[in-house]
Amino acid sequence: MPIRSATSRFRFNPHWLGLLPFALFTVLFLVLPTMKIVVGAFQTPEGSFTLNNIRGLNTPSILSSYWVSIQLSLVTATLGCLVGFMMAAAVILGGLPRWVRSPLMTFSGVASNFAGVPLAFAFLATLGPVGLVTLWLRQEFGINLRAMGFNLLSFWGLVIVYLFFQIPLMILIIAPAIEGLKREWREAAAILGATGAQYWRMVALPILFPSLLGTFALLFANSFGAIATAFALTGPQLNIVPIKLFAQIRGDVLGDPHLGYALAFGMIVITGIANGLYIWLRVRSERWLK
Amino acid sequence: MAFLEIEHLEKSFGTNRVVKDFNLSVAKGEFISLLGPSGCGKTTVLRMVAGFESPSTGAIRIDGKDVVKLRPNQRNIGMVFQAYALFPNLTVAQNVAFGLKVAGVGRAEREARVVEMLRLIGLPDKGPSYPFQLSGGQQQRVALARALAVRPQVLLLDEPLSALDAKIRVSLRAEIRQIQRELGITTIFVTHDQEEALSMSDRVVVMNGGVAEQVAEPFEIYNRPATRFVANFVGQLNRIEARVIAPTTGEIEIGGTRHMLGRSLPSGDVALALRPEALHMGADPARELNLTGQVTEVDFLGSVIRLRVDVAGNRLSADVFNRPDAPPPALNSTVTLSASASDLIILTA
Amino acid sequence: MTRLFAWGSVILGCVFFALPLIGMTEFSLRMRRGEYSFDAYAVVLADPRFQQTFGYSVLMALATILVGALLVVPTAFWVRLKLPAARPWVEFVTLLPLVIPAIVVVFGYIRLYNTSSFLPLTGSATGTNILLMCGYVMLALPYMYRAVDTGLRSIDVATLTEAAQSLGAGWITILAKVILPNVLTGVLSGAFLTFAIVIGEFTMAALLNRPAFGPFMQVLGANRAYEPAALAVIAFAITWACMGLIQLVTRFTKHTRAQG
Repeated sequence: MPIRSATSRFRFNPHWLGLLPFALFTVLFLVLPTMKIVVGAFQTPEGSFTLNNIRGLNTPSILSSYWVSIQLSLVTATLGCLVGFMMAAAVILGGLPRWVRSPLMTFSGVASNFAGVPLAFAFLATLGPVGLVTLWLRQEFGINLRAMGFNLLSFWGLVIVYLFFQIPLMILIIAPAIEGLKREWREAAAILGATGAQYWRMVALPILFPSLLGTFALLFANSFGAIATAFALTGPQLNIVPIKLFAQIRGDVLGDPHLGYALAFGMIVITGIANGLYIWLRVRSERWLK
Repeated sequence: MAFLEIEHLEKSFGTNRVVKDFNLSVAKGEFISLLGPSGCGKTTVLRMVAGFESPSTGAIRIDGKDVVKLRPNQRNIGMVFQAYALFPNLTVAQNVAFGLKVAGVGRAEREARVVEMLRLIGLPDKGPSYPFQLSGGQQQRVALARALAVRPQVLLLDEPLSALDAKIRVSLRAEIRQIQRELGITTIFVTHDQEEALSMSDRVVVMNGGVAEQVAEPFEIYNRPATRFVANFVGQLNRIEARVIAPTTGEIEIGGTRHMLGRSLPSGDVALALRPEALHMGADPARELNLTGQVTEVDFLGSVIRLRVDVAGNRLSADVFNRPDAPPPALNSTVTLSASASDLIILTA
Repeated sequence: MTRLFAWGSVILGCVFFALPLIGMTEFSLRMRRGEYSFDAYAVVLADPRFQQTFGYSVLMALATILVGALLVVPTAFWVRLKLPAARPWVEFVTLLPLVIPAIVVVFGYIRLYNTSSFLPLTGSATGTNILLMCGYVMLALPYMYRAVDTGLRSIDVATLTEAAQSLGAGWITILAKVILPNVLTGVLSGAFLTFAIVIGEFTMAALLNRPAFGPFMQVLGANRAYEPAALAVIAFAITWACMGLIQLVTRFTKHTRAQG
């Protein structure tokens, strides 16, 4: 595609005018705002070039917020991929009756969109200080979750909550890919002497690799930019980047508006790197595709 | 001593018995075809030999050893699938080497075997290609090489030619047969195409409704079908309704005309079956059966002319060779066809 | 063995997903001491702020769906018909909102469209509403575009268009009477998904300071005990209804196609 269009670019194709509304809209409401952030991250309030905003990120509080956000995204994306993959594989390949599949897919559609504020409420009502499971464990078994060090408002508490939408998202995306594995591949591998593990390692996983990778990148970005759940759960004090940025936009608690640009720019860079990595690995791993 | 033995094999899915008391013994190096319409149980038999389905009852022995309890990856069998089933993420060489790799064969030996196999299938340069870069026929040859690379005891071919173009189908047919002879590998070939079965096999098993109707060499199957189903399924067949006048001398009446066949027949009404090529143009006193009728259709196919002739209400197909000196008969003209009594197949059942 | 493992992981997963739903439902019924009641729901539903913010978000969602469909359907159609070369680029752009966090985009809005800019949208309530709606269209773009494009893939756009043109139809007629009915399933699926996303959206509405349902839920959650659980149940029911409608629409179209 790129080669052909390079030659035809010199001639004006009037059909491109049909894309004008779409182009105008995306430029106004996606490209320009993003550019504004990127440019602003390198500008002084007076408009001249500076690296001071970026340098300003180098404080323990901001760096640790990035680090927590990255860890949170990596952990929830990894666990979401693993568990979601296992559930999808179990339903599709595990010999379960067919009627299990459709409800699971519908539920995944619901749960992956049931994020944000209400999700936080649901978990507070379940694992919070007076939540259903917390009380039940204490009354029936004398297990005190809090005394055992569990706190819903902590890193691992947040991980559990995020998994509620990460796992279903993985199931939704990976299920069609798993269904695309042909029965003959498994049989051909078996008849050639391969064990189930060898089949997965040498054939199935390499075939699924691009899909797995893409979903991982998506889950990473999904968790990295999420704010509503964490905000409703813990309020503004949790130290992750989106909440810091949120507080900064609302009340300028950092004092310097251009530091906000830098903060947002850092978020773009990180999701950009995650997706760049994905595209690069995908191109490398897909030599066997047209 | 048979190399592959199948005894009293049965398979039921729920209450549906798809294979019923199937018996077959295959000699070492023999090429056997399972021929039948879809749903006749031929693929199920093959999948039980491979180990993908387990028999409800019965035994499968390879070289004297019962394999029913073994998993597919323990049976040392090669298999080629209808849809190629090459691993898309591996190159041709890696596909061929797959079975050797999982068996723990060393790299040097693997590479040597891959070279040998690719030469065997006539694709020595395709090692680094990926499956999507090959044509269907090439992919299927690679699949064959992959199956053969592990030196299996038995080769199973599950309709390997059905997905290919007609022309490649015919050429690959000969190629598979030649490679099979060269390696002397015991082979079971499943197909619904009678031409494939007849042209490639040492023996053919015609299956219907989960039962082996006849097991015989292609010549036998075609010329002396054991059952009405075999007669109808393999090749084209003309049916002539006749009434037997004298069973011992073989005198019969077809549409009011009497014929003397000179062979004994059952009494009453019989159906006489005749291959289209057993009918010859023109009256011939040397042949017992001379039938006169009206030409209703003339298909000029090149070397062969297919005629449709109405003989006393029986619509007969006759295949006659093209002769440059004699144009085919005109439509609606009256012709006489002759046939030998020994070519007649008497269907009583 | 495999099956045992399969059942095990599915059942374990179901427990994980069921517990919060049971938890929030049970909690929402606990407002009256010592017995289950619908008091929390009664309080929430009677709250004028609930009615206002919920109504606001519903209107927002409908506007988003309308504008999104008007933007996406002609574009996807045009790309399929005349600009196949542009497809990778358009698809790339429509996927960007999944990569760029919404909070970053809305931050850009606030800075770009402030009162002293070339397009001072945040200067008035109406302007801010429009800006928020455009932000929602952006958020919904990946889902909307893919749903519509999938619908277009299943029909022969070029032949249908030429057939309509040969009968004298103009572009508007073609889009409204030929293309739209054929991609209606896609549009409706995208619409319900958009509704589910917009109705509870928090970040953009909060930062643009609009009285939407998401920020209301958050404020209520910070101040009350049982009402938030009731809100969560309501929100979950809405999401479920939207997904159910998508299934219904898809199944219904399949049915009519099979008959036709």
